[in-house]
Amino acid sequence: MSDERILKFHILRYNPQVKGDVPTMKTYEVKEAPGMTIFIALNDIRENHDPSLQFDFICRAGICGSCAMIINGHPDLACRTLTSKFPDGEIKLLPLPGFELIGDLSVNTGKFMRAMSERVESWIHDKYADSVDLDRLEERMEPDIAEQIYELERCVECGCCVSACATKRMRDGFLTAVGFMRLARYALDPRDKRSDEEFYEIVGDDEGVFGCMTLLGCQDYCPKDLPHQTQIAYLRRRMALVK
Amino acid sequence: MESLIIHEKIKKSRLPARLDLIQSGTGLILGLFMWVHMMLVGSIVLGKGVFNFVAKTMELSFLSSTGHGYPAAVFFAVLVVFTLFVIHAALGVRKFPISWKQHAIFRNQMAMMKHEDTNLWYIQVLTAFIMFFLGSVHLYVMLTNPGQINAELSAARFITHNMWPLYLVLLFAVELHGTIGLYRLAMKWGWFDKLEWFNQEDRGGARKYLKVLKNRLTIFFLALGLLAWLVFTVIGIRL
Repeated sequence: MSDERILKFHILRYNPQVKGDVPTMKTYEVKEAPGMTIFIALNDIRENHDPSLQFDFICRAGICGSCAMIINGHPDLACRTLTSKFPDGEIKLLPLPGFELIGDLSVNTGKFMRAMSERVESWIHDKYADSVDLDRLEERMEPDIAEQIYELERCVECGCCVSACATKRMRDGFLTAVGFMRLARYALDPRDKRSDEEFYEIVGDDEGVFGCMTLLGCQDYCPKDLPHQTQIAYLRRRMALVK
Repeated sequence: MESLIIHEKIKKSRLPARLDLIQSGTGLILGLFMWVHMMLVGSIVLGKGVFNFVAKTMELSFLSSTGHGYPAAVFFAVLVVFTLFVIHAALGVRKFPISWKQHAIFRNQMAMMKHEDTNLWYIQVLTAFIMFFLGSVHLYVMLTNPGQINAELSAARFITHNMWPLYLVLLFAVELHGTIGLYRLAMKWGWFDKLEWFNQEDRGGARKYLKVLKNRLTIFFLALGLLAWLVFTVIGIRL
């Protein structure tokens, strides 16, 4: 690796809170350090160039999903993207499209994810939950199913799949992969007593699973490599045959 | 009207599910049909005699004592395909970008991500739009000319009826739309997701294999189609 590279960051600057502010691309130069991630570089810019730069982060380790943004055209997590990935040293950063813009690179994914959770009713539905006999052992789950559910629980709600979805970008009401994954998680869970008919009420239309055009952006840009395509196909098969 | 009301006591319409199935189903049949169709048309590459034999067989000549066959069989086959074509178009057009804004957003997303499967979908929209017109012309000509399919008459249509440019464009539209569509169908419904062979350690799922297969099939059918197109053009010019 050639040392002492100067990286050029082209970043979209726009604060919708400031009256009269216009979106512009600004360029910042950062000296590359070994093992540098986009997230580290952004901190450098904020510290040494412009303290007003807005971007989100919490965990710095690809677990919280806060720092997702468009990095040279692709939705990804800033904390997991090494600057060494870009040989020409030109890095263009944009906020995730499809979400409410807070400012610069910061978007309100939380608002979207909360609405998604409410829409798919992201909790265990069991009519008899109140009359559970607490003295009895809980029913055991097949390890296979537990593992499948755990696989889907790995989602960090970063929003990359939403921004990578051209269908969602064209049609704002589309549920998107993160919602399908969540629903598939509950459809797999034997503790959730919802019937296919009840799931159909949530995703059985063109804003739901039948609106998915299988562009597979969700699958290709998921930083956690979740199996979007197989899960959406699974939901589609289940929903298509509901009587 | 009541099917549009959202109310906990009123069940959501099952129609979107049925329409989705029908769109996929008609697409599957048409896609596979086009492969068979291309192979049959491609028989012209082996010579006029072979093509004429294939055309006569399609008219069920082996069932008639005179050997002339029944052109009505071709008429009905074309009618069925035309019907499927119209149904598939009607259902497919629901997915098109319907305003300048939607189109601009889609193009913008394509330019931003340069993501292959997103771009492939746009190719399908463009080729579908082309086929609305060119496909209809071809199907109508076939519907109104049953029993007049043989090497000479088809070649005559190529040149004297000026069908050659139409067929050239239609060939590209069909072969691209069909193979991309069949690949997308396999992804959409997850037909190969559970197949052991694709899911072994180093294979990583069916998708990349199907993508390669898709590309090869497109090249194969385009090559065969272009060759057949060339032969018909030459025969037509020499008539």
